[in-house]
Order: sequence, then C-alpha cells, then structure tokens
Amino acid sequence: MPRLKLISQTESKQKIMYRYDQYDHQMLADRIAQFRDQTRRFLEGQLSDAEFLPLRLQNGLYVQRLAPMLRVAIPYGMLSSAQMRKLAFIADQFDKGYGHLTTRQNIQFNWPALADVPDILAHLAEVEMHAIQTSGNCIRNTTTDQFAGVAVDEVEDARAYCEIIRQWSTFHPEFAFLPRKFKIAVCGTRKDQAATQVHDIGLYLLKNEHNEIGFRVLVGGGLGRTPVIGSEINAFLPQEHLLTYLDAILRVYNREGRRDNKYKARIKILVKETGVSDFRDKVEYEWMLLKDGPLTLTRVEVERCRAFFHDPQYKSLPSHSNDLEAALNTDVLFSAWYEQNISEHKKPGYAIVTVCVKKTGFAPGDLDSDQMRFIADLSERYSFGEMRITHTQNLVLADVEKSQLYDLWKDLKTKDLEADNLGLLSDMICCPGGDFCSLANAKSIPVAEAIQRRFSVSQLREIGQLSLNISGCMNACGHHHVGNIGILGVDKKGEEYFQISLGGSADHNTALGKIVGPSFSQEEVPDVIEKIVTVYQQHKASGESFLHTYNRLGMDPFKEALYGTKADEHHTD
Amino acid sequence: MVPRQMSTTLIKHGTLVPDAWVLVRSPDELENLEKRSGEDLILPLALWLTEQQSIASRQGQTAVWLNSNEIPESIAGYLDRLPLVALNFPEFKDGRPYSSARELRQRWRYQGEIRAVGDVLRDQLFFMKRCGFDAFLLREDQNLDAALSAFHDFQDAYQPGIIQPLPLFRRR
Repeated sequence: MPRLKLISQTESKQKIMYRYDQYDHQMLADRIAQFRDQTRRFLEGQLSDAEFLPLRLQNGLYVQRLAPMLRVAIPYGMLSSAQMRKLAFIADQFDKGYGHLTTRQNIQFNWPALADVPDILAHLAEVEMHAIQTSGNCIRNTTTDQFAGVAVDEVEDARAYCEIIRQWSTFHPEFAFLPRKFKIAVCGTRKDQAATQVHDIGLYLLKNEHNEIGFRVLVGGGLGRTPVIGSEINAFLPQEHLLTYLDAILRVYNREGRRDNKYKARIKILVKETGVSDFRDKVEYEWMLLKDGPLTLTRVEVERCRAFFHDPQYKSLPSHSNDLEAALNTDVLFSAWYEQNISEHKKPGYAIVTVCVKKTGFAPGDLDSDQMRFIADLSERYSFGEMRITHTQNLVLADVEKSQLYDLWKDLKTKDLEADNLGLLSDMICCPGGDFCSLANAKSIPVAEAIQRRFSVSQLREIGQLSLNISGCMNACGHHHVGNIGILGVDKKGEEYFQISLGGSADHNTALGKIVGPSFSQEEVPDVIEKIVTVYQQHKASGESFLHTYNRLGMDPFKEALYGTKADEHHTD
Repeated sequence: MVPRQMSTTLIKHGTLVPDAWVLVRSPDELENLEKRSGEDLILPLALWLTEQQSIASRQGQTAVWLNSNEIPESIAGYLDRLPLVALNFPEFKDGRPYSSARELRQRWRYQGEIRAVGDVLRDQLFFMKRCGFDAFLLREDQNLDAALSAFHDFQDAYQPGIIQPLPLFRRR
C-alpha cells in the first residue's frame, strides 16, 4: 500500500471531480519512486543525457534557457482548492513564487532545481496531481471546454471521457515512444472553446437518434510549422468503442508516422501523405482486431466515471437577482466586468465567472502564489471549491450565485484579478517566449505588453471580441494560427521580427489565419495592430465582429493600410 | 559490430539465464550458412527470407530478427516454425517494436519467445514486457542485476497488456 498521506481523500469528499482510489494512488507512488531512482542514476552519471531526456520529459521536466521547467498536469483543466493551495506551496518552496498557465490547461514552474523534482512530485501526489506525460513524444494531457458540465445546451459533459482517456493514456506501454507528441481534446459543448479541430485527435460528443452517446472523430489537426484542421474519420463512434478506436489510431501512427524528420513527425503529416480515406482504412483494419475486446468500455466504468462529475448541490434560485441588478446599476466598473467576464450558466440564479489573468503589466497567464491561495479561498467561498484553467490561460469559477457576483468582484480587486478584458484584444494567448524558452526566436511577453498598453479600456470595449495570439516561434505554443490576429516571432539575421496573420479562429468553425505580408520589427507591432483595428472599425457594420468583417472584406484593405505603396521597402521573408 | 560470444546472459522470465543463440546483426557477418552448422542463429529478415532452403536442411536452430521498420506480417506465414522472433531497437526512442510485439501476440497469436535486442535499456523493460516481450538482451553496458528490478517498477497498470489482458477498469 502507498504510504502517501491521503489528505485529499477526506478534503475532497464533497468535490465534483475525479477522486483517486488505491490503484490511482499506487500508480503515482510507483511513478515517483521510479523517477527518484532515475534522477539519482542521472546525477550519478549512470544515465546519459540522451537516455534521461525522454524519462524526464515524460515527467514534465524540460531544461530551459535559464533553469529547468516543470510542467504539472491539470487533467482537463480542473482543480480543487486543495490542489491550488499545493501549487502555491510549490511555487513558494521550490520556485520563485509564481506559475504560468499553459494552453494545455496545465501550469508550469520555471525555476525548480532538478534534484528537487522527485520531492515536488511527491507533494503533488498528496493532492492527486502529477506531471506525467506533460511533455515528450507521448500522449499528453487531454483537454476540454472549460465550461464542461455548466454550459447551457451542452450535448454531454466531456470530463468523464477525458478521465477515461487520461487513465488509458497514462503509461500506455505501446505508445510511450511515439514519433512525436500527441494531443487529444474532447468537446461536449455547442460552442467549442477547446480548439478541438487543431488537435492530433479531436472528439466531439454527439447523441444519435436513439439518444445514444458517441463521438465524431477528427484526426490530423495541429498547429506548429504546418497548421492543419483535423479531418473526420468517423462520423459517429459509439462511446463503448472509444478506447479501442483510439488504440487503433495510435497504433497506425506509432508504426507509420515519420521518424526521419522531427518537423514531419506529427500525425497530421501522416494523414496528409496517406490520404484521409486510406488512413481511415488502416485504422479500421487495426480496429477490427481490437473492437469488442477487453478494452471496450463497460457501462459500469462509464457510469463510475460520470458519477464523479455530478452537479454540486445547487440551491433552487430565481433566475433574477435584485442584489446583482442593484450593483450593476450603481457600479460602472463592476458592470463592465460583468459584461465581459460572465457567461450564462445552465442553472437559474448561477453564473460562470472567468477570472482574466491578462492584466496589463503582468505576463499573460502568470499567477503568483498569493493569487493562487486567494483564488482557492474564493473558490471555496463562492464556487464549491473547484476551478478550471482555460486553454486561453485564464481561470474559471464555474458555479457562482448571481447574488454573490458583486462580492466576488470586490474580492478579486484586492489581488489584481479584476481584469475586465476577457475575450478582448488584450486577453491574448501568449507563449513564454524568448524570456524563458530555448526554442523561441523572439520574446513574446514584451510584445504582448506593448500592445496592451497601446489601447485604452474604452478603445478595447469599442473594438469588442477579438482574439490575438502570440507565439515566439513557429512551434506555435501561443496558437497564433487560430487567433483572429496572429503574431509570430521570426528570426531575421539575428534580429527579432514579427509576422502578422489575420482571420484565424479556434471554435466550431476553425480557420487558419493568412499571413498579411512582410514582417515587422518589435517597435512597429503596436502600430501595426492599431492600423488593423482601424481598418476593421472603418468597415464594420453595426455589431459585426472582427472575424466576420475580415471574412467579408478579405485581406486587401488591411494590406493596403499596413504597406500602402511602400510594401517594397520592407524586407521580405 | 562483433558477433556476441557463444554464450551470453539474457533476462528471461524475470531471471538471468545463459543463452546460446547467436545474433547475426548483418548478412556480412555470415559468409556461409553451412559453416555455422550446429549453432543457433538469429538471422536478419532479408537473409532469413532468401535462405529458407538451406535453413530447412541445416543443423541447429534458426530464428529471425526484425528491424523497427520491418513488420510482423512479413513473417506471419512462418510463425509456427519459429522458436523465437527478435525485435531490434535501433535506438531506445524508436517505439515501433512495441507495436510489433503486440501485433505478433494479438494478431498473429504468436506463442514463442519475443526477444528485445539492440538499444535495450533498463528504463523501458516494463513497457516491453507488457507489450509481449519475454526475453531481453540488454545493451552491453547495462547492469543486469539492477535491470531485473525494473519489472517491478509498477504494481499495476490501467491498460490491458499481454500479461494481464484485462484493463484495470474491468478489475477495480
């Protein structure tokens, strides 16, 4: 039996999330002992750098520009208050007091010491957390829409299926050394907020005419150097076949994915080179061997997992709150935040709150340990002790009573967490960039800040919903391809330049942005963004979004505003 | 690569055993099959396929090894005659032999020995065993006694494997 303190088991009794049993705990305990031994052998010189590399990566440990970076898994983005407090403890004890939310709904610490990592993992295990397969050429953390379980008009709650996939993918013996990393997203909401179509496998939950649950299966989506939108290979996969079908896809990929060139190793290249139809045939051939075998999901297992994600004990509330109404009428700042950061909840009298971690002057997605503890407290006071990380690097309190929103907002203000720019141009997705990452061509954080400083609050509101995504290199961690405006750091003879693309989108109608033209220097970027926005504002019909306006106008007016007739004077890429 | 000595130490069924099979890593190592009469040889796939006639009449056992890019289907028709199939890891990061082992066990119902050869290291043994490997010729610098403990790194696993064909969710 594991000798771990099972503190969370009592603490999380009431929690509406997956809870570990003795098997899950034992699996983590064994993993930590294994990695402790591997780290010891590495430090004693018994394991070479090359041999230790995939072992540490599969425990979330990178070696970065300045120090190791540890990426902790937050399965499908869900966190309890106890887990958040543990992250704060780790930030203080082993790091410089902060952490960075990632686009895979994970959190990373930028300054841990290699020798401390086994201890950090042991601390994480106490609250049923780990860093398993958060990097390396293996199946990564499965992500979903942050509104799973609370969204209006949800087809089905994706979290139970994410947990089923988490367990299937954890230490899968056949798929620990894939050609390249592998990312899966599951979406059960109508408005896809999980960027499902740009995943190696994207799964949309569906119900057929008999009300049976299944999945529409997309493969071969991805960003990176070659952005591709996933292709459908199965229009309705009944839920019991989920894992056998995933096994079949992964086996085809493991055998046939390219291993000769890192940049052609993702499944999207294999699907393209094979052709969607032939790829589907190969999957079917493998699947016939596995279908209806032991890996077929049982009703008991599906029900077991679904039961963890039951509704919390909602009160029966009127849908209208007089307290809320009064506050909205008297406090304009609160009202502005409410407009932007609140989403409709499936239960009357409740609201979904997104805490935007994009306040100007702070690195996008960074949380310090005080903020972490504070949000943990708030989640207990206002939202059943649970929170979610979004792939846009923000935080969600999913179950807040409408009558308490004003109190919550006043609390958030005390820790600089009241940013009311959710979904606006300044709510950017931004990778850590050249300040931290050894792959980056350019520093993305200063560019993000310069853009944030360029626009006033009222300007941002006037512009409205607009996604701006920044990546420091073509690995596209900042999802620049699917931003309405995308910014990509490129290297030109040792200097940092930025390439701008327009028209990207990551929702149900995913689209890849098109490059507008030659790249710009760092100083030029805020002007460039302002010019793009001006074109939009000049041409938009009343209430028309940026994306819609761009799709109607095409690239030309934007090009003209940016380059005019002087396009030739710019460097070309 | 110099051929290994006549007897080498293998991990098999969880213990160290002496082993007399000779791994012929490339056709160049073998001038003439007849000259190796009486030896138990593991031949590269291409050679093994072309030498079927002499294999049938030679003294000593003959087996085959597949490189990571060679698929089990190519030997599927011969499996009932093969006492062992070796799967080569050109480097430990090449994950294809894991799928090959499972295919041999699942699709082709192969019951004989599946031996891991090449860049076979302690930290991958647990995965290999669960995919159906049951014999391991470790890279020469590996500490074999220490490697034996790798099979006990984990007490259980979520997925079905060759040893435990039921996934955890059917047992918990």
